Amino acid sequence: MTFSIHVEVRLRPGIADPQGATIERALPTLGFDGVSGVSVGKSIRFEVEGTDEASVRAQVDDLCDRFLTNPVIEEAVVTIEQLEQATS
Amino acid sequence: MSVRVGVLVFPGSNCEQDVVWAVEHLGAQAELLWHGDGSVSGVDAVVVPGGFAHGDYLRPGAIARFSPVMEAVTEFARGGGPVVGICNGFQVLTEAGLLPGALQKNAGLKFLCAPAVLEVVTTRSVLTGDATVGQRLSVPVNHFEGNYTCDDRTLASLRDDDCIVLRYVDNPNGSVDDIAGICNREGNVVGLMPHPERAVDELLGSADGRVLLGSLLSAAGTSVTA
Amino acid sequence: MSEPVHRALGLTDDEAAEIESILGREPNHLELAMYAVMWSEHCSYKSSRIHLKRLPTEAPWVLVGPGENAGVIDVGDGIAAAIRIESHNHPSAIEPYQGAATGAGGILRDIFTMGARPIALMDPLRFGPLDDPRSRWIAEGVVSGISGYGNSVGVPTVGGETVFDATYTGNPLVNVLCLGLLPADRLVLGAATGEGNLAVLLGSTTGRDGIGGVSVLASAGFGDEDADAEKRPSVQVGDPFEEKRLIEACLALLDAGLVVGIQDLGGAGLTCATSETASRGHAGMDVDVAAVPRREPGMEAFEVMTSESQERMLAIVEPGSLDEVLEICDRWEVRASVVGTVTAGPDRSDGGRLRIVDPDGTLGDAGVLADIPAASLHDAAPLYDRPQRPPEGFDLDARIGPSSGEVPESNDPGADLVAMLCDTSWVWRQYDHQLFVNTVVGPGADATLLRLRDPLSGADTGRGLALTTDGNHRWCAVDPRVGTALVVAEAMANLACVGAHALALVNCLNFGNPEHPEVMWQLSEAIDGMADACEAFGIPVVGGNVSLYNESQGTDIDPSPVVGLLGMVDELVRRPPGPRLVAGGRLVVIGPPPQRELAGSRFAYDRGHRGGGLPALDFGLHAEVARTVAGLVNSGLLAGVHDVAEGGVGLALAEMAVHSGEGFSAARIDDAVDLFSEAPSRIVVCVEPEQLTTVLNVCESAGVPTTRIGVAGGDRLMVKGLVDVALEEATVAWRDRLPNALGHGTTQG
Repeated sequence: MTFSIHVEVRLRPGIADPQGATIERALPTLGFDGVSGVSVGKSIRFEVEGTDEASVRAQVDDLCDRFLTNPVIEEAVVTIEQLEQATS
Repeated sequence: MSVRVGVLVFPGSNCEQDVVWAVEHLGAQAELLWHGDGSVSGVDAVVVPGGFAHGDYLRPGAIARFSPVMEAVTEFARGGGPVVGICNGFQVLTEAGLLPGALQKNAGLKFLCAPAVLEVVTTRSVLTGDATVGQRLSVPVNHFEGNYTCDDRTLASLRDDDCIVLRYVDNPNGSVDDIAGICNREGNVVGLMPHPERAVDELLGSADGRVLLGSLLSAAGTSVTA
Repeated sequence: MSEPVHRALGLTDDEAAEIESILGREPNHLELAMYAVMWSEHCSYKSSRIHLKRLPTEAPWVLVGPGENAGVIDVGDGIAAAIRIESHNHPSAIEPYQGAATGAGGILRDIFTMGARPIALMDPLRFGPLDDPRSRWIAEGVVSGISGYGNSVGVPTVGGETVFDATYTGNPLVNVLCLGLLPADRLVLGAATGEGNLAVLLGSTTGRDGIGGVSVLASAGFGDEDADAEKRPSVQVGDPFEEKRLIEACLALLDAGLVVGIQDLGGAGLTCATSETASRGHAGMDVDVAAVPRREPGMEAFEVMTSESQERMLAIVEPGSLDEVLEICDRWEVRASVVGTVTAGPDRSDGGRLRIVDPDGTLGDAGVLADIPAASLHDAAPLYDRPQRPPEGFDLDARIGPSSGEVPESNDPGADLVAMLCDTSWVWRQYDHQLFVNTVVGPGADATLLRLRDPLSGADTGRGLALTTDGNHRWCAVDPRVGTALVVAEAMANLACVGAHALALVNCLNFGNPEHPEVMWQLSEAIDGMADACEAFGIPVVGGNVSLYNESQGTDIDPSPVVGLLGMVDELVRRPPGPRLVAGGRLVVIGPPPQRELAGSRFAYDRGHRGGGLPALDFGLHAEVARTVAGLVNSGLLAGVHDVAEGGVGLALAEMAVHSGEGFSAARIDDAVDLFSEAPSRIVVCVEPEQLTTVLNVCESAGVPTTRIGVAGGDRLMVKGLVDVALEEATVAWRDRLPNALGHGTTQG
């Protein structure tokens, strides 16, 4: 089975987010008032072959922990979706 | 026999020849160590140079730290061998877990290439053994992700264990506690954002980096002859 | 398609007829596409070539002149320097970050194509005014793009210019210069020789980027036009990490002597690279389009052949070397694919054939898809002598004699001076300008100065290479011929300020629409002015780039020739003093007394004054001033030095003051005309009192006039009877102008 994976990498709570802060500061001057809580992260998509969602999730969590994020400053939110079975 | 300094090369490294030049300028020998080779045997110190290893894609240092040579560097460091990461090399060492914390984007959100005045905080590291505490050094910085970050507990232990090596006099990038460089508890692994290899010749504007690289060569087994 | 295919591709009826006569038959669509891209203005210089011939190109130290990927000169000790300048104006107007980034990428490939390691980039930049939001967006994006690409690819950006002016609103000028070094005996020309040798494509995959004009040939079937456009990104995206590996792999191949010839893929992509290497090698080439690694499914042969995907090189290798070539590429993780074979040379009158083949019909039709004489894509390109005429009201007589009577007076010269001050460090602090530990003088000074070290051993030669880029659209708008000569003179003066003498010049000719006779006249005049100056100064022109169709809001930009001048310091033993003042230092202007002429000056321009006659340039005296000042710099007799250019003596003094945090007190400057005149051949120096006599004697024995104008020191900028400004006020205005407009970057949040 093929699973579609979406990993959202975001800064851990409490880590300064200068990009988010800069965007937020710019918004009022562009006429967008009342916007708060802007944070900037990364979005990573890929596909994984696996037998079931649980094992795929374990694998992706490990992948995030060891490679896609730096746990000192970042955390990952993983979304897994099973793709339609290919006909071949 | 003069000291041999191994300088790592990853695809995307770009300061390796500058470090070689500086080390040789100070009278030691240097050799390049390819990232795909799993050995650092025969060298007395290792420098992880600046640049953009693997394009800094994903995160600076994130891919480089999986290179075969990094296992050898880790082993070399565990055995007490002097290891210095400069700029991108500092990022690699934090990613590899040889040093605590992480380097984030500069607070100004711009790449910054400029002179920086540093203050020596401790002389117990392999990079500052020949310096004096409080000594001020003009050494350039050149980075986008040089904003040193760590949690409060790590910061407290960096202070308690005398692991803060260099501080900025005028913080250029938002680093916590003005940190420009740190070392591990043993003092043999050092990471710093400024580039001492760019400050070893008055003709280029400053020779203040000599005391840092000179300390490294001393720690690696000899004194500076140049 | 209602109009004929050739017209849709941008070829005129005459050009199409010429192609048919070359081939002796009607061309097919692929062949037409190949001619269309190669005969475009961008690739063929069809409007300018006839004029460029007038430039002097020879000197004993010139190894390669114009026409190759880069000019190459001998800089001694077996070292050669390769230099080139290019524009990336139009891509940068659309997508500033990627436009500027790919501009840097492209020029780097031109340099390492010659076998040289790129050691320095320079970026002369011209944007619309700071109060225009879109111009600010462009400026910020361009600077980020240069920073993002140049820093990452590992080549320092050591200087350039930053100009803001309404003439560039909507049409920025993003020029980029690259300098490289190579062992003189390893000079490589991009030639494909040796029948049976292989053409190996290195680097990125080939996508649909940059196909632009020829996309009209796309087969029907993708649906509506919008969907089609979506499939064909016009913006090319740069990958500095790919380029870095490509540089290292190509230089390793050259070090190992594994390539017969090598050529970058730039404008017109594979069509240009294959035909150019073949025709330089007096050979032909068979190119298998199906062997080209493609980024997207369903690409057609014409797309593969005209794609401008970045970070690709074509290497010509002997079959016996292929395995070693592949091994080196593998080490650097660079993709390498054999895509062609060198075929027999010109055994027929029309030369070697460039044949595009797809043996199995992988992309469509099988067999030979195109078969054309390789050289005809270059040599047979049309050459136009377009009509030219001076703009209405241009007064040729004004070239001789003062004319500036009607320039408005200044109420407050001090305020005018402060308004001109602009620190550009906001730009260049974003560039790594120190990599390779050669940068003795970096950006922000009159010229950049680099140590000259052997490109292979790293050994110091004890000499220095100096670089400057200069342009002045105000001068060139008043009089393109004299203005361009003045630009060359200013570049020379800039080199003198770091102790260097000129070796070679490259130019980037940024002009408007060549179909406008006034623009053609400007171009032709500018080339004549450059030729006048270069001949008089003995400076060979070793390369250039012409960028036409630069139009801003429907109006042609002011003529903007930009020159890059390379110079040498024969004995580099100390840092030049730079534009500095020291307390108690005596201020001296070295050079002729001021001409009372404001035409073309920043001061006049800011008051809406146009026209008039530019100040006169005495070539002989200018060369002597430059030589004398360079000598004074090198002997360490000066405490500060800065040439008089934009803003006149007034701005030169003010810049020296804010750079060093020292004020000055000057006299013998009578009025605003004297203060702001940009008359050439004058250099302001600051001299310690004990050196003054020596300096004046050196000048006198060289026959160079001097004028003592005051003394440095204090916390005010004072010109007797004209200016009295606090140093602090001037410094703040200077330092904050760009950060205030473009955003405070590098301060702690």
